[in-house]
Amino acid sequence: MNKDLILLGHGSGGKLSHQLLDDLIIPTLSGIPLAGQNDAAVVEHGGQRLAFTTDSYVVDPIFFPGGNIGSLAVNGTVNDLAMMGARPLFISAGLIVEEGFSRTELAGILASMRGAADAAGVRIVTGDTKVVPRGKADRIFINTSGIGAVEHDFAINGANARAGDVVIINGTIGDHGIAVMAEREGLDLRTAIRSDCAALNDLVAEIIAAGGDAVHVLRDPTRGGVATTLKEIALQSDKTITLREETLPLNGAVKGVCSILGLDPLYVANEGKLLAVVAPEAAERVLTRIKGHRLGRDAAIIGHVAEGGGRVQMETAVGGMRAVEMLAGEQLPRIC
Amino acid sequence: MTDARRTRITIEGIVQGVGFRPFVFRLAEHHGIAGWVQNTTAGVVVEAEGDARRLASFVADLTGKAPPLAVIVSLATEEIPPQGGTAFAIRYSEGSAGPVRVAPDGDVCPDCLHELFDPADRRHRYPFITCTNCGPRYSLITAVPYDRPNTTMAPFPLCDACRTEYEDPRNRRFHAQPVACPECGPRLRLVDADDRDLPGDPVEEAAGLLSQGKIVAVKGIGGYHLAVDALNDGAVRELRRRKARDEKPFALMAPDLAAVRTFALPDAVEERLLAAPEHPIVLLRKRPDNPVSPLAAPANGYFGTMLPYAPLHHLLLRDRFTALVMTSGNLSDEPIAYRDAEARERLAYIADAFLVHDREIHTRTDDSVIRVFRGNPLFLRRSRGYVPREVRMPVEIPAVLAVGAELKGTICLARGDRAVMSQHIGDLKNAATLDSLAETTAHLQGLLGLTPELVAHDLHPDYLSTAFAEGIPVLPRVAVQHHHAHLASCMAENGLDGEVIGVIFDGTGYGRDGTVWGGEFLVGGYGGFRRAGHLRQVPLLGGDAAVREPFRMALSYLYDAFGADFFGLSLPWLREIGEAERPLFLQMLERRINSPPTSSCGRLFDAVAALTGVRGRVSYEGQAAMELEALAEGSATASIYPYAIVRNDVSAEVDFRLMVRALAEDAAAGRPGGEMARAFHNTLAAAVTDLCAQIRAVDGLDRVVLSGGVFQNKLLTEGVFQSLADQGFHVYTHRLVPPNDGGLALGQAIIAGYGARKGE
Ligand SMILES: [Fe+3]
Ligand SMILES: [Mg+2]
Ligand SMILES: [Zn+2]
Ligand SMILES: [Zn+2]
Repeated sequence: MNKDLILLGHGSGGKLSHQLLDDLIIPTLSGIPLAGQNDAAVVEHGGQRLAFTTDSYVVDPIFFPGGNIGSLAVNGTVNDLAMMGARPLFISAGLIVEEGFSRTELAGILASMRGAADAAGVRIVTGDTKVVPRGKADRIFINTSGIGAVEHDFAINGANARAGDVVIINGTIGDHGIAVMAEREGLDLRTAIRSDCAALNDLVAEIIAAGGDAVHVLRDPTRGGVATTLKEIALQSDKTITLREETLPLNGAVKGVCSILGLDPLYVANEGKLLAVVAPEAAERVLTRIKGHRLGRDAAIIGHVAEGGGRVQMETAVGGMRAVEMLAGEQLPRIC
Repeated sequence: MTDARRTRITIEGIVQGVGFRPFVFRLAEHHGIAGWVQNTTAGVVVEAEGDARRLASFVADLTGKAPPLAVIVSLATEEIPPQGGTAFAIRYSEGSAGPVRVAPDGDVCPDCLHELFDPADRRHRYPFITCTNCGPRYSLITAVPYDRPNTTMAPFPLCDACRTEYEDPRNRRFHAQPVACPECGPRLRLVDADDRDLPGDPVEEAAGLLSQGKIVAVKGIGGYHLAVDALNDGAVRELRRRKARDEKPFALMAPDLAAVRTFALPDAVEERLLAAPEHPIVLLRKRPDNPVSPLAAPANGYFGTMLPYAPLHHLLLRDRFTALVMTSGNLSDEPIAYRDAEARERLAYIADAFLVHDREIHTRTDDSVIRVFRGNPLFLRRSRGYVPREVRMPVEIPAVLAVGAELKGTICLARGDRAVMSQHIGDLKNAATLDSLAETTAHLQGLLGLTPELVAHDLHPDYLSTAFAEGIPVLPRVAVQHHHAHLASCMAENGLDGEVIGVIFDGTGYGRDGTVWGGEFLVGGYGGFRRAGHLRQVPLLGGDAAVREPFRMALSYLYDAFGADFFGLSLPWLREIGEAERPLFLQMLERRINSPPTSSCGRLFDAVAALTGVRGRVSYEGQAAMELEALAEGSATASIYPYAIVRNDVSAEVDFRLMVRALAEDAAAGRPGGEMARAFHNTLAAAVTDLCAQIRAVDGLDRVVLSGGVFQNKLLTEGVFQSLADQGFHVYTHRLVPPNDGGLALGQAIIAGYGARKGE
C-alpha cells in the first residue's frame, strides 16, 4: 500500500484520523491555538474567554429524513461550541457548489441553515461562495466556523473526567448514521428512521445550570459514534470508562436495521446527542433536568468512570466485559 | 582404576525442576560412576568417570531412562582427563540462572498415585501429593530460578518429614519444589460463595453434592472447572442454563480408560494420548449407546474427554462416577476463573459449592484440546501440559515477541532456533483477557530471560493484539499478513525452509489488498509470499454478523450463483427469512453495504451448512462447520460437484458457483444431507489438488503445507492430504501447534525474525 496516499479512512474519525492529526496536521500547524482533541478551542482575548471552532460538511446524501446538509452544518458547529460549555454567538458559512447544482435545492439548504441558526439563537454573520466545475465537488460542500462565549469559570473538556463520575447520554444512539445510510443506499425500511440532527446549546445551558462545576466533560458523539468519543475521553483523561450494554438507549428500528446490516450502533454517528460526564452527586439532578428537555426524553446513565488506563469497556447483557476500541476506519470483520 | 576415563556431558532441554540431577545421581550410583552433576547457564553439566563400559551404559541411560517430565533437546560429550575418586556429588547451581527451561504442568505419577490411595502412607488421600516426576510446574512458578520461594508454594514451609525427603538425593522428592504433606502443605476446603466452610470432609461432601446433581466449582491446576455428573440429564441442563451456554459441547473427565470405553470409542493412539502426562482433552467418537446425558455434547459426534490429572480429580472420581462434566469455570466467552475471590464472585450464580484450596494458581492455563490425525495430535487448543515447551525452528532469528491474533490469543517468544508459544489466552475482546495478554507477555519474558528486539503483529489494524503491539514503546514493529503467518507457522514446526505452496483455509483474515481473505493458495516462505490463488470472493453479508448467522453466507453464495432471483428457490430455510428482511438483504448484496468481499473458506462451510439445512445460526464459533463435518462422516459417497478454476496473469480463482447451483438443486430435491455434505468435502479436496497441481506446473513446488482453522476438520484434512499425496505432493500438517489462530504467533515470530536477521 502506498503510504503517501490519504485514504478515506483518514477522514472516518477513527484511529487513522487521529494518526493523521497527530503525525502531520497538529505538528505542522502548531503555533495556532488548535483545540487538539476537543470540539472547539477556548481562547482568551481582552479578558473574554471565547470558544472557536470550524467544521466542513460533505454528507451524502445532502437531504435525509430529519435534516439536510444545511441544518447539519449549523447544528454541528453550534454543538461543537456548546460542548466546551460555551454560548454560541456567531457563525460563518462557506459554500462550495458544483456547477449545475439546482437553485431550488440550494434555496432549501439555505433556508434550513437560517432556520437552524434562528432556532439555536445564533447569527450567521459572514460567508463565502465558490462554484467549481462539474465533478470537482459533489453537489455542495459547506464549511461553518463559530464563535461562542464561555461564561462559566470552570473547566469542561475531554481531559476532565474523574474517577467516580457517571456518563449520561441524552437519548438514543445511531439514528443519524443509519438515517443517512438508509437514504444514501435507498434501503427499503418499514419504519422511517430520522436523523437526530439538532442544536444542543440550550440543553447544555440547562445541564450547566443544574450541575455547575460537577459537569466535567461534554462531548457530542458524531463520527465514530459513542465508542470513539468515549475512547477519546478515556485517553485524554487517563481513566477507564465502563458502559453497561443494557442501559444504552436504542431506537427499535435502528436496532433492527443495525442487526440486519451487521453494524454496531456504538460506532454509528449521531448529530443531536451529547455525552455528559458528571460528578456522581450531581448525576440525578442533571439527568432529571436533561429528561425534562425536549432533546433529552430518552436520556440515561450509561456508564461510569474509574481510575486508570485510557480504556473503555462494556458490560454485556450476559455479564461479560468487552473491550471497546477505536476503529481504524470502517467496521471490519475480525473473527477468524 | 587404570582404565578410567572421564567425560564431560552437557545436556540441554527441560532438565531443571524435573528431578534431573537426583536422577543423574541415582544413575551414577547404580552404574558405579564417580564425578558430579550441576545446573549451569548452559544446561545440566555432568562429569562422569568410570571404565568405558560403565560410562557408555551410564550415558545411554541418561536419555533412555530420563524422568517423565524431562525433555532432552541435546546431549554433547567431551573426553577430559580422569581425576580419580569414587564419590558422585550434586553440586549446587553457580551464579546467575541462565535461560532455564520451565517444565509444563504434569499429571500424577504412578508412585504418587499409589501412595494417594495407600491407607498406610502419610499422604493417603492428600490432594497435593507430588514428587519430582509429577505435578504442577508452569502454573505455579512466579519467577526463575525454579526454587520454592519462586512458586506459589512459598507460603508453606516444609515440615521435618518433608524436609528430610526434600534433602535426600536418593528420594524421589529430592528438591521437588511443590512437595508437601497434610502437616505442612495446602489444605482443601469445601465452601459456599461467601467462603464459608461447609461441614464434613471436603472431597466426600463435594462428591455427595455431585451425585445429587449439584454443580461444584473445582479448583484445579490451571483454573476452576465447573463439575456435574455427566450422566445426570437434569444436572447438565441446569449447568447449561446457569452458564448461559446453549449448545457448545462440555468436556468430560472419566476416572480411567475403562470408564472412557463405556461412552466413547477411543483407538489405541487416542488412548495413549489420553493417558500421556500432558493429559489433554481428546475428542473421541461417541459410543452409540452411551450413558452420558445427550445434553453434554448435543448435535456432535464426539465427546471431548480427559483423564484425571490432579490428585484431587482422582479422589473425586475414582469408584464414584463414570464421567463428570468438567467445563471451564466461566460464563460463556469469558476467560476461565483462576483466582479464588474472583472465582467465587463470577461463579456465585452457577456453582452450588466450591471445592477450593490455598495453593494459588499463578498462571491460568486452560485444558488443551486435541484430535488425532494420522497418529499425531491435531491441536484445537494447546495450553496446559504443553506450555511452555519449545518448538524448534529451522532457522535462527533474533529475539522476537509475536502477539498473535484476536479470537484465540496466544503469544510467541522466540530467539535463535527456539520458539515458546504461550498458554491459550483467549478472546481479547474480553477486557480481562486483554489484561492477561500483557501479564502473560511480561511473565513469559521473565521466565525465559528473553528481551525482544522486535514485535510482530497481525496486519489487521483493529485487532486488539495489534493495538497491544502498538502500545509497546520503542521496539520496531512488523505487521505480518494473517495467512502468511499461518503458512510460516506450519512450515516452522515441520522444519521446512525455502518455498512451499500454502493452502490456508480459515475464517477471515485481513488481506494485503484490504479485503477479507480466508481461502488462500499462497506461494512463499519466511521471506515473503505471493497469492497464487484464492476462492472466488463473495460478499461477507453484514461483516461479523455473517459468522453468527451462516444463512447470510448461503444468501451470498446463492446471489453469486443465481443472481437476484434466488429467493424463488424452494429451500425450506429460505422461506424462514422474513418479508421485511428480504429486500434489505438483497440491497446489501447489490450495493455491498457492510459486506466486504471475502474469499473465506470457513464462510464457504457456513454457506454449505445453511444450504444443506444443517443450521442457519450458530451459538458458538465453528458450530456449523463441525456439524457439517459430522454429517458428512455419515456418508461414503465419492461424488464430486462441478467447479471451475479460472486463471488470470497473476492469480487463479476457485469458482464454486456450479457447485452451489447443484447443491441448491439437490437440497430442493431432498438429497440426503450427509451425501451433500460429503460431496462438498470431496469437491473441496479435488479443487485444492487441481490448483496445487497447476501451481506446481508453473513454480515446480511439490511441498504443500495445510494451515488455518478449517483444517481442524479431520475429514477435509484427510481428503486433501490423501488427494495431494496421490498426486505426488509432500503434504505437511500441524502437529505441534494448532492450525487455527492459536498457532498464528509462531508464524508471525519467524517471519518477523527472518526479515530482521543481521546482514539482510
Ligand atoms: Fe486464521
Ligand atoms: Mg465537529
Ligand atoms: Zn509423583
Ligand atoms: Zn510436610
